[in-house]
Amino acid sequence: MKGTFPRIPSGCSITGILNKKAKRFSGADVIRSIRLMHDRSNGLGGGFAGYGIYPQYKDHYAFHLLYTNEASQQDTEHFLEKSFVIDRCEPIPTRPHPRITDVPILWRYFLRVKPYVVEQFSSSHDREWAEAADEAYAEKNFVVSQVMEINQKIDGAFVASSGKNMGVFKGVGFPEDIGEFYRVEEYEGYMWTSHGRFPTNTPGWWGGAHPFTILDWSVVHNGEISSYGINRRYLEAFGYHCTLQTDTEVIAYLFDLLHRRQGLSLKNTCLALAAPFWKEIDRYPEPKREAVTAIRQVYGSAMLNGPFSLVVGFTGGMIGITDRIKLRPLVCGQKDEVVYLSSEESAIREICPAPDRVWTIRAGEPIIVKLEEGVQP
Amino acid sequence: MMRSLVSPDFLVKIDHRQCRRCKRCVLNCGFGALSFLDRVTPDNTRCVACQRCVAFCPEGAITVERNPLAFKSNDYWTANDIKSIYKQAEAGGMLFTGMGNDRPYVSYFDRMVLDACQVTNPSIDPLREPMELRTYLGSKPNALEFAERTGGALATRLGPQVALETPIIFAAMSYGAISLQAHKALARAASLAGSLMNTGEGGLHKELYPYSDRIIVQVASGRFGVDQEYLDRGAAVEIKIGQGAKPGIGGHLPGEKVSQEVSQTRMIPEGSDALSPAPHHDIYSIEDLSQLIYALKEATRYSKPVGVKIAAVHNVAAIASGIARAGADFVYIDGFRGGTGAAPTMIRDNIGIPIEMAIAAVDDRLHQEGIRNQVTLIAAGGIRNSGDVAKAIALGADVVAIGTAALLAMGCHLCQKCNTGNCSWGIATQRPELTRRLETEETTERLVNLLRGWSLELKDFLGALGVNAIESLRGSRERLRGVGLNQVELDVLGIKPSGR
Repeated sequence: MKGTFPRIPSGCSITGILNKKAKRFSGADVIRSIRLMHDRSNGLGGGFAGYGIYPQYKDHYAFHLLYTNEASQQDTEHFLEKSFVIDRCEPIPTRPHPRITDVPILWRYFLRVKPYVVEQFSSSHDREWAEAADEAYAEKNFVVSQVMEINQKIDGAFVASSGKNMGVFKGVGFPEDIGEFYRVEEYEGYMWTSHGRFPTNTPGWWGGAHPFTILDWSVVHNGEISSYGINRRYLEAFGYHCTLQTDTEVIAYLFDLLHRRQGLSLKNTCLALAAPFWKEIDRYPEPKREAVTAIRQVYGSAMLNGPFSLVVGFTGGMIGITDRIKLRPLVCGQKDEVVYLSSEESAIREICPAPDRVWTIRAGEPIIVKLEEGVQP
Repeated sequence: MMRSLVSPDFLVKIDHRQCRRCKRCVLNCGFGALSFLDRVTPDNTRCVACQRCVAFCPEGAITVERNPLAFKSNDYWTANDIKSIYKQAEAGGMLFTGMGNDRPYVSYFDRMVLDACQVTNPSIDPLREPMELRTYLGSKPNALEFAERTGGALATRLGPQVALETPIIFAAMSYGAISLQAHKALARAASLAGSLMNTGEGGLHKELYPYSDRIIVQVASGRFGVDQEYLDRGAAVEIKIGQGAKPGIGGHLPGEKVSQEVSQTRMIPEGSDALSPAPHHDIYSIEDLSQLIYALKEATRYSKPVGVKIAAVHNVAAIASGIARAGADFVYIDGFRGGTGAAPTMIRDNIGIPIEMAIAAVDDRLHQEGIRNQVTLIAAGGIRNSGDVAKAIALGADVVAIGTAALLAMGCHLCQKCNTGNCSWGIATQRPELTRRLETEETTERLVNLLRGWSLELKDFLGALGVNAIESLRGSRERLRGVGLNQVELDVLGIKPSGR
């Protein structure tokens, strides 16, 4: 028998587009890209994350909320009023869509943290949270705790996103339908990520659609985290509660913990999450060998094991990474100042027919793309 | 005259039609149960069913049977209870035994099952993909710091770490309790397999020096064989507080086992009893333990992990947490099935808790307190196969130690008479005519084979679970389910019932 068999791809599609000069562009492109991969999802989940979409509120925490009933909305709003100044709140604009049904109540809030609460929070919480040195850092820890509390304690309320100048639009349906439903093409952002879902081990529900977020971290994920049990256990020791019935949320929390809180560089964070094999590490020259060995020794419980390809978005950039034996696909493309990440090359060419460069990402090696030097998001 | 009320446990049957009268069985029996008069004549009262004669009879003429002699059936007073009372009524002493608790307590290992991948997350083929078992024994910080501005060099200095190529090490067994041949085989096997052996409290014989980078040296309450050189030679140092087979009590090596070699290694006079006190006479509280930990760290210039071994008892989680906070780099917990060279039977059979529960409780507690990374958790006490190893690791152990299984690999038949020093297999004895039976080369190979076999099986477990590194199984209780356990037991183990 000659040649190779075409691999039949399974489950989930992901896409990410970043303009490195921070030029904002409509969400229409990302909808077209994810639409092409229709067959990779099964209509039980789709979603988008847009960065730079709220320039008029860029210093506010933009909370996107999903409510299953009015009581949960009331409870949540009471809860938010305690610690935040709500400068604006409104229903998230949608349009009726024949294939999007059972829609929850969708609201967004532009929030400022009340001045005294962070201080109070830092002094009343255990050492894990009180490690704060500077105020902005402590404030973010506070916001994380509020998101955890809503997700964990208010029945029927889920925070879809909580970052600044970014927002997540997700739900049950095919991703292109979700995009139309949320009128995503009416927003302009410098970066978009998207996900089409083929859920397997968790139910198809609005809160369970990707992207998963905490603060301005967003994760779209194709695959399943087989190490979820220990990752979750590890995160719980640091105050993160996994409530969304899916493995992907641990990834967003791990980036928050390792990069934002513990100060690892993005590269080292990726080395911890998709660690190289020992036999490779043993061959590294010093001091790299010592450093990567230490990362694996210390962050073994954070390592993501099992099939995944990810696009992780954050303010000013995105990361593409796969598991260390690459059980899921990820392709990178580039045209001028725009960088594309996608499950399939065709989804890149759909919106960028003549890219300067298209290449396949190597197993476990991250692509970290950031805005050009000096460019403000 | 009545000989004794204690009837023999076993009957040795010689088929005299097949017997060639070569007397090999007589020579092989370490317990003097066979003698040659005009033909081979067994003394059933001495037989312990170690099967040495059976294995060495060239004609296959020997069988050992359980003595069918029946007491009147009684579901409460077992034959064992009755005989024990007869023995004590005759001799007026404590009952003594060897090896681990053999009572029919529940085994939680046998009531837990592991997960496997089907479709959505693929299983991984260990024959085609790398599978990593490497584990580092030593304390890790909660986070690393890098000097990002100066080229990103690692700024955190990790404490000493010992690399293990498999998460299975040999449990502590002393020279004195077992023979030098057995000790050497363990050290060589550990060295060949990238694992560790443990001196127990009997000191380190010079013949083991070549393997000392694969040896945990133990500091027990008797301090036998402990001097600067002993500490310098170990890969890690372990303070022994307790042992699963006899929590809360000391040890006793009778003077007849203290040969010239043992006396030199233990640094005590030849022929004198080696008594280990129940507590360390300098440790009566956790702060005393902390002092000893740091004394040993100072003595070894902070170049090797220093850990503490305790028996799994009711309050094991709090004790382990205290040990971690006292500065230990590893905590070794020994469950109530753990073996021993000699222990009072009543202590062995009635004290301590199952290792499965202890691992779960300790791992939970350390996680809750945010100090799980500070210590490596070693679990031991009744690990019978790689399935037990995988379950212990999934419950939260970093490393598993095997004692009884290693002895079985060497040829032990679990007759539980280690305390008599008559081991026909040359393992738990110091009698030269018996110890020389244990061929170090072959025994080493058998031990390496066992570690290799179990490691291969562990890789198979990982592959089925869809992960390719042992740290992705460690503490991942989501991958375990209970079968036939009540809700409280499930809660303590931190697992769900099967079907959920």
